[in-house]
Amino acid sequence: MNFDFADQAPKLMMLLWGLVAFAVVVGGLLVLLDAVPAFFARRREAQLVAAAGGGVPLPRRTKPREGLFALFFLLPTVLLLMIGLVVPAIRTTLLSFMDGGSQNWVGLDNYRWMFAEDAIVRVLINTLVWVTLVPLVATAMGLLYAVLVDKARMEALAKSLIFMPMAISFVGAAIIWRFVYAYRGEDQEQIGLLNQIVVSLGGEPRQWLLDSPLNTLLLIVIMVWIQAGFAMVVLSAAIKSIPADIVEAARLDGVTPWQMFRQITVPSIRPAMIVVVVTISIATLKVFDIVRTTTNGNYDTSVIANEMYNQAFRYGQNGQGSALAVFLFVLVLPIVIFQIRNLRQQRREG
Amino acid sequence: MAVFARPRQALVIAGALGLALGATACGTGSNTSSGNNNAGSAECAPYEKYQGHDGRKVTIYSSIRDIEDDRLNESWKQFEDCTGIDISHEGSGEFEAQLPVRVDGGNAPDLAFIPQPGLIQRFAERDQIKAASADTKAMAEENYPAEWLTYSTVNGTFYGAPLGSNVKSFVWYSPKMFQEKGWTVPNTWEEMIKLSDTIADSGTKPWCAGIESGEATGWPATDWIEDLMLRTQTPEVYDQWTKHEIPFNDPRVAEALDRAGTILKNDKYVNGGFGGVRSIATTSFQEAGVPITAGKCALHRQASFYANQWPQGTRVAEDGDVFAFYFPAIDPARGKPVLGGGEFVTAFSDRPEVQAVQTYLASGEHANSRAKIGDWVSANNKLDLANVANPIDKLSVELLQDDSSVFRFDGSDLMPAAVGNGTFWKGMVEWINGRDTATVLQGIESSWPN
Repeated sequence: MNFDFADQAPKLMMLLWGLVAFAVVVGGLLVLLDAVPAFFARRREAQLVAAAGGGVPLPRRTKPREGLFALFFLLPTVLLLMIGLVVPAIRTTLLSFMDGGSQNWVGLDNYRWMFAEDAIVRVLINTLVWVTLVPLVATAMGLLYAVLVDKARMEALAKSLIFMPMAISFVGAAIIWRFVYAYRGEDQEQIGLLNQIVVSLGGEPRQWLLDSPLNTLLLIVIMVWIQAGFAMVVLSAAIKSIPADIVEAARLDGVTPWQMFRQITVPSIRPAMIVVVVTISIATLKVFDIVRTTTNGNYDTSVIANEMYNQAFRYGQNGQGSALAVFLFVLVLPIVIFQIRNLRQQRREG
Repeated sequence: MAVFARPRQALVIAGALGLALGATACGTGSNTSSGNNNAGSAECAPYEKYQGHDGRKVTIYSSIRDIEDDRLNESWKQFEDCTGIDISHEGSGEFEAQLPVRVDGGNAPDLAFIPQPGLIQRFAERDQIKAASADTKAMAEENYPAEWLTYSTVNGTFYGAPLGSNVKSFVWYSPKMFQEKGWTVPNTWEEMIKLSDTIADSGTKPWCAGIESGEATGWPATDWIEDLMLRTQTPEVYDQWTKHEIPFNDPRVAEALDRAGTILKNDKYVNGGFGGVRSIATTSFQEAGVPITAGKCALHRQASFYANQWPQGTRVAEDGDVFAFYFPAIDPARGKPVLGGGEFVTAFSDRPEVQAVQTYLASGEHANSRAKIGDWVSANNKLDLANVANPIDKLSVELLQDDSSVFRFDGSDLMPAAVGNGTFWKGMVEWINGRDTATVLQGIESSWPN
């Protein structure tokens, strides 16, 4: 298909307006950010000059004005957070106590439904499997890789190889892996890498994504593939920042590589490991794209986020969708609290 | 840190940006004068009753995209020229999920082509759509069979006329292959099974099937079940089933499902060129019938619109590379059950120009105008068969206009979305994947919203 610029003119115009509007808003904000402090600074300067020249008493720098100034910068953020996060969260919670059409109150029915329906319980179990396996495996693999590759030759190249999947979107990654798992009949040419390997070893091609629970594990592999790079980068940086004298002292004490790993490396990078595990856990709880793109939640592979989307937007069951959303929020909450406490503690120690 | 070194410079830049925005904003207002300079000419005579809304704009949202979208735009061009109403159509692949979001968000289109009566019912119950005007209703009653109008009627209120349609009760085959092998097109269910056995004995898997369709995976299998509900039961039982007056796991539904299973779950019969029974689940519905052209299977049950899925250069004709025959009835004495679908023109706004467009789309003028452009079927009885070029479309229109055929609308589209687009689809996928009939039906039954 050829791209006809004349044909697409209205869309291109729209794009242009978008860019112009963006430039105006951002440019305007920058100008404002530049002009307002400059204005205050100039006034202060004038006051200083006046005070020095004519003996006019220098006005005291007042606190309230700075508070006002802070408010000026905080307000847009607070406003947007309210519109985009707080209000919808409250609304979702309310909707979760209403029926599919959001018209009548049904109490806890939607939550009862969640734990009574076999298919939804399956979804909850799947999410649990995801959130246990992905952070552990991804962090372990990232750590292993970071330790092995540390100070090796071609370290940068080796690291960028494993980091590369991070640059691919979840949907992109899922499509790539769907091809890896693709199935073609026995007498056809295999297009899936995994089945091609099986066939060349003399086996029969399999439909990898149809069998539960194997399919969920195969989907988890995709997430691990993406996240291991992130874990590796953070942990590698942490390993490099272990003070050299500690490592040297340990060497002089004659530790084995395993002891070095257990007693020096791991304790030193513990904070970084917690950050990695927490970040990946939250990302995993929200996993949606991978499941949707590969199996669409069929064959017992669905997870909470996917089911939530289906219920609310495709089936018109706003109440049940909202209940799932609230449940997901409740699951994420302890992880976030743990993370915040952890950060606070570190700041106090540091 | 100062972003701009001098305040004056900053002012100039801000001013320039503001000017640029102002200039582009002015550009929007100037291109709306689409004068109806043709009004009054002979060509415009049929459109006189829609006139008087010159310069008004009507937005339409639907799932119709690409070439179909272009054809649609072409079909109402004359109407636009004569009435001065500007119809702006937007097609989306995410239509079913996006429409409720847009409606709930206060951003509804003026009109939508909704292919699911279940969705119309949902909007109607939440007071989100407008009842059709008296003109639209009169036009629809004149042009469409009464049963079609019941699908867009909720609690006695009529919400909009049908537009395009399709017929699902077709089995695709290759006339060439049939002639070479000496097979004949079966007229009864028994003959079809006999033919399948003959083909299976010759070493070829007789049937091809595939139900993968992205987020809609499973729908082709629901069509099988619906077609068999109509063939093993009476149309009345079918209606009770789609309205949930009998439970989803009623023994009569199980009978239809098991009957479908004699073909779909029969390792001897499926799945030509793709693998075993379970390969149906992962074969895309677009690719599913294609092995017929390579001689790897002989039969593929799929709707009239599958005509668009054949590889380029495949001749669709009674004596061509591929064609379709009517999916036979089990008991011919009970008439010809026909399963089909279609979309309904539903209004979210009741401005007079919107009602004019809604009425026009129900008219014979539009049906014929659209059919002339090609690849289109409608149950509109003003549709002249001479305007339908494609042989499959012709066959479909004939079936729709045939008095002996017992038409029923696609059941999954009639059911609430949670079942019709949800557990029914998913249940069929599980059923193909090996789960037993009773468990699958029980699961769907328990998911029916109260």
